[in-house]
Amino acid sequence: MISEDLTRRYWIAKIFYWFCFAVAWTGVVILGILLFHVTREGIQWLDFQFLSDFPSRFPAKAGIQSALFGTLWLMSFTALFSVPIGIGSGIYLEEFTHKNRYSRFIDLNISNLAGVPSIVYGMLGLVIFVRWFGLNQSVLAGSMTMSLLILPIIIISTREALRAVPNTIRQAAFALGATRWQTIYAHVLPAALPGILTGIILALSRAVGETAPLIMIGALTYVAFVPEGPMDDFTALPIQIFNWASRPQKEFHELAAAGILVLLFVLLLMNSIAVYIRHWSEKRNR
Amino acid sequence: MKNSSQIEASFAFDKDVFQRKHVKHWREEGIKAGLFLCTSVSVLTTFAIVWILVREAGVFFQDVSLFDFLFGTQWTPLFQPRSFGVLPLVCGTLLIVIGTALIALPVGLATAIYLSEYASSRVRSFLKPILEVLAGIPTVVYGYFALTFVTPLLRAVFPQVQIFNAVSASIVVGIMVLPMVASLCDDTLRAVPGSLRQGAYAVGATPFEVTLGVVIPSSLSGIMAAFVLAFSRAIGETMAVTLAAGATPKITMDPFVSIQTMTAYIVQVSLGDTPAGGTAYQTIFAVSALLFIITLGMNIASNHLLSKFREVYE
Repeated sequence: MISEDLTRRYWIAKIFYWFCFAVAWTGVVILGILLFHVTREGIQWLDFQFLSDFPSRFPAKAGIQSALFGTLWLMSFTALFSVPIGIGSGIYLEEFTHKNRYSRFIDLNISNLAGVPSIVYGMLGLVIFVRWFGLNQSVLAGSMTMSLLILPIIIISTREALRAVPNTIRQAAFALGATRWQTIYAHVLPAALPGILTGIILALSRAVGETAPLIMIGALTYVAFVPEGPMDDFTALPIQIFNWASRPQKEFHELAAAGILVLLFVLLLMNSIAVYIRHWSEKRNR
Repeated sequence: MKNSSQIEASFAFDKDVFQRKHVKHWREEGIKAGLFLCTSVSVLTTFAIVWILVREAGVFFQDVSLFDFLFGTQWTPLFQPRSFGVLPLVCGTLLIVIGTALIALPVGLATAIYLSEYASSRVRSFLKPILEVLAGIPTVVYGYFALTFVTPLLRAVFPQVQIFNAVSASIVVGIMVLPMVASLCDDTLRAVPGSLRQGAYAVGATPFEVTLGVVIPSSLSGIMAAFVLAFSRAIGETMAVTLAAGATPKITMDPFVSIQTMTAYIVQVSLGDTPAGGTAYQTIFAVSALLFIITLGMNIASNHLLSKFREVYE
């Protein structure tokens, strides 16, 4: 009797193991299917003409030059706003405050901001930047909205990177008479830099794919020119993809797939830089 | 006895040090103030979100009563006869959340169990980055995937499925939040002390019994936190449901027909030609306010659950 029960329990354990095994690997399978599907649909449209043409209502003439440059403009300004403010906040919260009521409030505030749906940031950008500041649907309005969206991510990753720097480094600097800022600037920041950079790249790659806030601030879907300054109208890769995917014709769906391939390539590039930085810093610290 | 020049020299040296210290002190304070200003940006963001939603939704509620908005069952703000009952949008969102939960919660938890209880460190270091890639794919790509792959597949199996439907959108939103659930659950499962597992093994439990009887119960609040966060993400998800779930607000529990979520409605209005300022346009602020309140409540609940978990093990 006991041995029969034991066999049954072992069987259950075995089945459970294989169930978890199979489920865990479905993620990989899904990723494979997704990439295969997008590539199969889009690869035929992906050529130099696609990259250099402007959007058009004729699929054969449509391209993503304005979207590609729009994304580039948008990301440059987003980085310009969000990186200094994000790193600054991270440093203040990690190095200058003790655990008190204010720091707990900020902690809670930032973790809640990180959970606010991106479309709500779009509403914020629409009312404050587009209407109040009178920036209209410009690159500037878009990048300010994006900056607020990714700020919590940059702050959180900066804090994690700073926390990982051993306290002995700070104590050694203090012992030699360095002030707090000298300690941070000359010793803590360089040690935390790889982690901070990785966080920034991941935050920016989130912003590259973000669509809803840009639609909210009214970024146009049909732009047949390349922005020349921060006050120009713009479109961006995800908006162009959304526009094509929401049309009924099959050709436009294939164009959307080609656009997705470009978008995924940009993301892959950014992520490999992040991986490279992580790898390089691990090697340096060894 | 020191001569006067020596005394003067040492005094000058001291003064110099004092002055340098003074300058340093001021620079320190200036930098600290600058960094403090940086943190104020995120505080201001929160206040600004709350303020604009309250103000703009306030304009809407001058024309429509809160009761009609929250409990009305007809949502037709863009055409006559106008009706501003938000329940159809809430129902559509709920349908997506349920579908997402059915996929992301079991699959995410099982993945986490595999990662933390079974996988070798080599398998982990391969699987975790792949899940991160899955999490990093933009939502508009998932929307495209739902529309051009999942829906045709569903229609091949169930012919009654409409082109825009809740089930296809829920499947991709489920795939989207799955990595987050897996990674958060993995973190909490791994935080359970090994001694608990060893104790259970020592009295003869199988790996299944250890996992289900010891590890999961002791990390339950952490797992719940991950689940609640997954709900919140599914509610706020926008592009995939806009592309795949349709634009027909209705109260139904049939996952095969076209519906509309709160987020998809907001996108529809901002893409359309509804004149800004009118009651029809202000609906997006009322819907956003509702969306913000729901997701905020869930995020706070999730944080609370997580801190309860941390109290026990960290």
